[in-house]
Amino acid sequence: MERRSSTALLSVLFFGIALLYLPILVLIGYSFNASPLVNVWGGFSTAWYGELLHNRQLLQAALLSLEVALTASTGAVLLGTLAAIALVRFARFRGRLLLTGMVNAPLVMPEIITGITQLLLFVSMVQLFSWPHRGFTTIVLSHITFCTAYVTITVQSRLQAADRSLEEAAMDLGASPTRAFLEVTLPIISPAIISSWLLSFTLSLDDLVISSFVAGPGASTLPMVIYSKVKLGVSPDINALASLIVCAVGACVIAAGYLMTRADRRRTREAQLAGH
Amino acid sequence: MKPTWRPGRWLIILPPLIFLTVFFLIPFAFAFKISFAEAAPHVPPFTDVFSFTPDHHLQLALSLGNYRYLLTDEVYGVAYLYSLRTAFFSTLICLAIGYPMAYAIARSPRSAQGLLLLIIMLPFWTSFLLRVYALEGIIRDNGFLNTALLHLGLISHPLRIMRTSLAVYIGIVYSYLPFMVLPLFATLEKLDPLLLEAAEDLGSTPRRAFVDITLPLSLPGVIAGSMLVFIPAVGEFVIPSLLGGPNTLMIGRVLWDEFFGNHDWPVASAVAIGFLLLLAGPIAIYQYYNVRQLEA
Repeated sequence: MERRSSTALLSVLFFGIALLYLPILVLIGYSFNASPLVNVWGGFSTAWYGELLHNRQLLQAALLSLEVALTASTGAVLLGTLAAIALVRFARFRGRLLLTGMVNAPLVMPEIITGITQLLLFVSMVQLFSWPHRGFTTIVLSHITFCTAYVTITVQSRLQAADRSLEEAAMDLGASPTRAFLEVTLPIISPAIISSWLLSFTLSLDDLVISSFVAGPGASTLPMVIYSKVKLGVSPDINALASLIVCAVGACVIAAGYLMTRADRRRTREAQLAGH
Repeated sequence: MKPTWRPGRWLIILPPLIFLTVFFLIPFAFAFKISFAEAAPHVPPFTDVFSFTPDHHLQLALSLGNYRYLLTDEVYGVAYLYSLRTAFFSTLICLAIGYPMAYAIARSPRSAQGLLLLIIMLPFWTSFLLRVYALEGIIRDNGFLNTALLHLGLISHPLRIMRTSLAVYIGIVYSYLPFMVLPLFATLEKLDPLLLEAAEDLGSTPRRAFVDITLPLSLPGVIAGSMLVFIPAVGEFVIPSLLGGPNTLMIGRVLWDEFFGNHDWPVASAVAIGFLLLLAGPIAIYQYYNVRQLEA
């Protein structure tokens, strides 16, 4: 649907966008405030950024969070892509309804419920099998669970839109179904796979509630450390850290979005040139 | 078409199916079981529901005490109602802001749509926790909003927003708005403009055409977006904890305190199970519309 919008509509759109961005911009502004007092402007300074490098607790937590996010997003992409293939390509199989439910429910399930139920599973598993010990492993397992849902939904819609006839053509030319999928369809859905990996990575990096339940007493992820600091009030070094994270993630997402749109355009053009 | 037996299929189906069953579905069974246990001062901090007597008989020690406690202690009822109310009105506000936004994006030129969607989605990609924290910089007593309003002379005393219900509403609307806009955009984009033109040709005013055609056809998006906001908002913990005051007792906070403050895992499990029963309806609606939309 492409029709002209009234000024009233456009102003709501821009008001909404301003609402989404204003707090982040103000936060970045505060992070350069030399004064540790939040209501006084003490001049421009990058001191709080320097201070981050000396905070061992934050660095350690950041390292753990990065390790968790790398492992969990990779695991989630593998499981989620398999689930998407199963749901799109296999019209009927035993457990299809169950799988559909289990990939959709985590998207809306309040984290606090997922967190407590998974913790209870892990402590019961430890009683039965002496595994997994709370820490890195349990955080990764629970992050894979909710990230898989996002991966499945993203890849599923892309796979549904993919043209099946290309794959059939490859099979007519003698490729096995597996080879046809890997060489024809996989490149087509790869932008969705990459973006869902990125999404899983940022979601895992950001998770506070589920990690707090399953992490156990020994391990603290970055959001857990940030939460316990900001719970005590505004702190200038967290402003600096938050600005860094928000800008880094924003830049990555914009770059990835740009690269994928470009690759997509090229593929469409090639398909058009090929007379498709 | 009868599904043919191909073992290769199960190599694809089974890994996600087994993983999600073990780590998403089965945990609910454990929470259900432990909600009938009693708190005990050992590791893990609850009594066994099933145990074997010395002569190898299975013994079942079910305690309904947690649920009785949930029904009699006022805190839980108040928190459930407060959470439902807060989530309900936040969803309405999100809808009121999100619908015109999605509508405006759907009506803009196709070349601009991608960019606008990216702008809407970008905050969702960046940290939720940090965005809630950033909001504090705007709404606290000496924050951006009050400073600006005081400078403009619109108010003489700072507005008290932090640690009130209003702060929780602002937090939820701010954090969940993208979840409302996206599904709405997805349905509005598919809407055939010819339908609206036909209605106008037949003498209907734009307002009438909107009410008769656009609104009913976008209903799946309204429902999907509302559920994506409402269900997580009911269980929201971070927003009431960082922005709300002592009175904003949402159920997520009660559960958190029960667990981390009182170390009463069985009561926390019972709160979670009660909460899940409360959400079963909305989750079923969400699933139903999702499945229908995927099949369409």
